[in-house]
Amino acid sequence: MTSASPGTNAAKSLAERAAAVKPNLLVVIGKSAWPIAAGFVFAYLMQTVVATTVTDFHGKLMLDIGIAIMCGVALNIVNGYAGQFSIGHAGFMAVGGYVAAAIVYYGSIKLWGSRAIHGGFLGPGELLLVAGCVIGGLFAAATGVLVGLPSLRLRGDYLAIVTLGFGEIVRVLLQQTTDVVLDVKKVQESSALDLSGHLGGALGFFGTPRYLDPKNPFWIWLFVVLVLIVAYRLKYSSKGRQLLAVRENEVAAEAVGVPTTRVKVSAFITSAFFAGIGGGLYAHELGNSLRPADLGFQKSIDLVIIVVLGGMGSMTGVVVAATVLTVLPELFREFSEYRMIFYALALILMMILRPQGLFGIKEIWELSIWRKIFKRRKAVAS
Amino acid sequence: VTKLVQVLLNGLTLGSLYALIALGYTLVYGVLRFINFAHSDIVTIGAWLAFVFATAIGWAGTDSPLYAMPFILAMSMAACAVLGFTIERLAYRPLRRAPRLNVLITAIGVSLFLQNSGQLKFVFGTQPQAMPKLLSERALFTIASVKVPVVDVWIVLLAAGLLIWLQYLVFSTRLGSAMRAVSFDERTAALMGINVDMVVSVTFMIGSALAAAGGMMYGLRYGNLLQSADSVWVLLGLKAFVAAVVGGIGNVRGAVAGAFLISYVEMFGAAYRSPQMRDVYVFGILIAVLILKPGGLLGKSTVEKV
Repeated sequence: MTSASPGTNAAKSLAERAAAVKPNLLVVIGKSAWPIAAGFVFAYLMQTVVATTVTDFHGKLMLDIGIAIMCGVALNIVNGYAGQFSIGHAGFMAVGGYVAAAIVYYGSIKLWGSRAIHGGFLGPGELLLVAGCVIGGLFAAATGVLVGLPSLRLRGDYLAIVTLGFGEIVRVLLQQTTDVVLDVKKVQESSALDLSGHLGGALGFFGTPRYLDPKNPFWIWLFVVLVLIVAYRLKYSSKGRQLLAVRENEVAAEAVGVPTTRVKVSAFITSAFFAGIGGGLYAHELGNSLRPADLGFQKSIDLVIIVVLGGMGSMTGVVVAATVLTVLPELFREFSEYRMIFYALALILMMILRPQGLFGIKEIWELSIWRKIFKRRKAVAS
Repeated sequence: VTKLVQVLLNGLTLGSLYALIALGYTLVYGVLRFINFAHSDIVTIGAWLAFVFATAIGWAGTDSPLYAMPFILAMSMAACAVLGFTIERLAYRPLRRAPRLNVLITAIGVSLFLQNSGQLKFVFGTQPQAMPKLLSERALFTIASVKVPVVDVWIVLLAAGLLIWLQYLVFSTRLGSAMRAVSFDERTAALMGINVDMVVSVTFMIGSALAAAGGMMYGLRYGNLLQSADSVWVLLGLKAFVAAVVGGIGNVRGAVAGAFLISYVEMFGAAYRSPQMRDVYVFGILIAVLILKPGGLLGKSTVEKV
C-alpha cells in the first residue's frame, strides 16, 4: 500500500466496496433459514413417514440415538472443538432434565389440572415441553457459567476433575430432594418455589408426561437438526476457528490475540445449553426413568466415549458413533453377560489401533476415501 | 465427647483407607501423567480376591488362625500387582506416545472390562457376599467409651507401615530416584540410562498392591462385598482420587494429607451436619481447593512453557 493515494478516495472506495459486498437482507435470511426449514421437513418426515412404519422397539432405539447424537454433539463442542475435557456433562443433562420435568409436570397440573399428555401433535402440551426444555437448557447454561468460569482459567486436566466433581454434586443434591407432589390440589396451592424441592429424590422424578414416544419423535429430531446446524456453523465460523486454535495450541492462540478464556467459557456454555435440552428431552421420552443415578458418572463417560470414538471435533463422526454405540448393546442383548465386556474390549482396541477415532477431526465428506473412490472411477473412465 | 472421639477415630481409619488407594492414583499420575480410572476396579478386585482366597482356604469365621489375615493380604496384594502389571503391559504401553485423552478412554475401557468381568458367574458373580471375618470382632481397647475394634487398629498400622515403606522407597532408593526422574522428564530419564518401561511397570505394581490392601481392608472394615460394578466401589475410588488431587496429584505426601483432609471433612460433615450430603462435602472441597490452589495443597504450581 503506497501512501501516495489520497485518503478520502481510499475511504470512499472502501465504503463502496463494502456496500457492494453487503448482501441483500432477504438473501441472508434465506441462506440461514433453509437448513432450519430443512430440519422442520426432516423432523416432520420422521414423524409422519418413519415413525409410522417402524416397530416400537426400533422407534425407541431411534429416539435414544437422537438424544445420544444431541448430547454427543453438544459435548463435542467442548471436548472436540475447544480441546477441553469435560467428564461431567451428564450433570448438565440432569440440570436440564429436572428443570424441564418440573416445568412440564407441575406446569401442566397448574394449567390444565392433570399431569396427562395435553393436546396432540404440536398441541399446547408439546409447546410447554419445548418451553421446558429450552428453560432447562438455559439453567444448564447458567450452571455452565458457574462451573466453567473458574476452572477454564486453569489447565485442561483440572476442568476434567472439576466437571467430574460437579456431576457428582448434582447427582447427590438431586437425591436429597423430596417426593414428587401427586395431589393436584396441593400442586395448585403451592408456589413454584415450594415445588422446586419436590423432585423425587433418589427414587427419581416419575410421572412426567411422556410426550416423546416412538410414534411421536418430532421434537427430538428437530432439536437434533438444530444442534447440528449450530455445531456446523460454529465449526466454520471465526468463533469456531478460535476454538480450534485453542485446541491446537493454547499459548500460540493467545499470542495471536484469541481471548482464550472467553472462547473456552462460551463454548462450554453453548455445550451445557444443548446438553440441558438433551436432558429435557430425555426426561420426557417414553421408557426412560429420570433418576439421579441414571444421569451420573456412567452417563458422562458414555458421552465422552461417543465423542472420542467418533473423532474429537468431527460432527458426523459423533453422529455415527452415537448411532453405533446405541445400537451395539442392543444387538448383543442375547449375550447380556458378555456384551459390556466386548464393549470394553472394543473400546480399548479402538484406542490402540485407531487413536484418532473413526473420522479424526474430519467430517464424513472430507475423508480421503472419497478421493480414492473418485480417482479410481476416473481411471476406469479414461 | 464420645461422638467427637468416635468421629476422630473413624476419620483416621477412613483416611488411612483413602490414603492407600489415593497413592495408587498419584504414583501413576506421577510417572505417566494420566488418571488411571481402572484403579478403583483394582481396589474392588483386591477385596474380592481376598474373599475368594479366604473361602478357598476355608478361613471364614473369627476362629481362623492369627496369620490368616496377613497371609490373605499378601496373596491379594501379589495377585493385584500381577494384574496391574498385565493391564499396563497390554492396554497402556501401546499408548505411551498417544494423546492423553486416548489413554484416559483406554483406562475407562479397562475399568468397564474389569467391572463386568467381575460380574460373570465363574468370576465373582453378581450376588453381594459377606467378607469372612478374619479378625476378631472384639474391641482392642477403649478410648472415652469408644470401642476401637481390631480391624481399625490393623488398618491404621498397615497404612502407616506401607506409607513409611513407600516414603523410603521413593526418596531413598535407586528405584525411587528412577521413578522421580521419569516423573520429572521421561525422555531425559531414558537418555540417562533409566529403563522407563521397567519403572512404569513397577509403579503400576506398587499402586495396584496398595489398592488391593485398601480394598481388602475396606471389605474387612465394612463387612459386605457388593458386586464389582456397584457404584459404591466407583465412589470409593472417586473419593480417593479426589484425595490425591486435593493433596496435589503426583505428590506422594500430598496424597496422604489429602486423604485425611477428605476423610475428616466427610466424617465431621456426616456427624454434625447432614449425613446424606457427605459426598457433596467431598466434591465441594475438591472444587474449592482447585479454584483457590489449583496445584493441590502440597502440589507445586506449574508454569506453562512455550
